[in-house]
Amino acid sequence: MTTPSQTVGPFFGHALPYEGGPEIVAGARRDAIRVHGRVYDGAGAPVPDALVEIWQADETGTIPRGPGGLRRAVGGFSGFGRCPTGADGSYWFSTVKPGPVGAGAPYLAVLVFARGLLKPVFTRLYFPEDAHDEDPLLAEVPVARRDTLIAEREADGSYRFDIHLQGERETVFLGF
Amino acid sequence: MTHPPYLHPAYTSTVLRAPAQELVMPKLGPDSVELTAPVFGDAEVGALDADLTRQGQGEPLGERIIVTGRVLDSRHRPVPGALVEVWQANSAGRYAHERDEHPAPLDPNFAGAGRCLTDGAGRYRFVTVKPGAYPWRNHHNAWRPAHIHFSVFGTAFTQRLVTQMYFPGDPLFPYDPIFQSIPDEQARDRLIARFDMDTTEPEWALGYQWDIVLGDTPVEE
Ligand SMILES: [Fe+2]
Repeated sequence: MTTPSQTVGPFFGHALPYEGGPEIVAGARRDAIRVHGRVYDGAGAPVPDALVEIWQADETGTIPRGPGGLRRAVGGFSGFGRCPTGADGSYWFSTVKPGPVGAGAPYLAVLVFARGLLKPVFTRLYFPEDAHDEDPLLAEVPVARRDTLIAEREADGSYRFDIHLQGERETVFLGF
Repeated sequence: MTHPPYLHPAYTSTVLRAPAQELVMPKLGPDSVELTAPVFGDAEVGALDADLTRQGQGEPLGERIIVTGRVLDSRHRPVPGALVEVWQANSAGRYAHERDEHPAPLDPNFAGAGRCLTDGAGRYRFVTVKPGAYPWRNHHNAWRPAHIHFSVFGTAFTQRLVTQMYFPGDPLFPYDPIFQSIPDEQARDRLIARFDMDTTEPEWALGYQWDIVLGDTPVEE
């Protein structure tokens, strides 16, 4: 008797984003990485009213079990971040690269909510420098679509991960 | 089927935003990262965050209400310590959001956003005012039934739920493509709070009860 999902709508901006939401670790931290990208609709237009959330293990591959996702000062590494998209559909996070958990390649769990999404989309962000051949999930993804799950390394060292809700380059979304 | 489909053309914003490809269903199901969720602590939520009537200089206008219920997992076990976030329009149907252009008055004493963690019995409780219905541009003469937006974290990231709670007897239900996007009538009814005299407080506020049941976490079983 699960409670059904409904869209996040356009007016969450005064409620869900919070100070430090995208900054899981301070950008100044030596091992901090920057992850960023844009959310696009099926016509290739940026989605300016999406909310992106990530959840991840820490650099050693340990899944955080303590607080600090809402107020960074409260705990250690919380593993949770939230970023609303800007007018150009862009989002960003400052975090650390997760260590591997189990047999698969390391990844960030990514969740996107938006007006027009009656339920969220789940995906994973993998890192381009890792070996992906042994990853059990990637093995199930058609080869032609696999690179929609792999971020691109930019010249400044950041990772770019665009999310296409629909269209030719539609991101692979996961059904759980 | 509990959840709405991604594509529900009567809700026009779904047309270009609904994924068109089939979802990839991992054979092994979600893995350990996806089967866990962030843990939030009492120190992260303010004492007044759950009372939306006490966040301004004075009291907001409107019908004061108490909204409470439990967050439950798929086996109806309470989920303690769950972060519940809410947001809503004011009693005139206007959001305190720069992009809400509905020409209804803003209320300087109502921001319309709140947070709490569920207690040991999985219970959340908010004090607020009843939100007004508001128009939107989806189709001619489109009005949203009064609702409170809810965001809930369970014990698995895959249980993450964002939804809307409605009020009993709303005449706008048959006309609302967002509510009607849920194909099953019984599932739709699970979004409607129950007026409850025992929650109602004399000389103070009407009470509504609404339980939230999170989806499965397949591997946990
Ligand atoms: Fe709304």
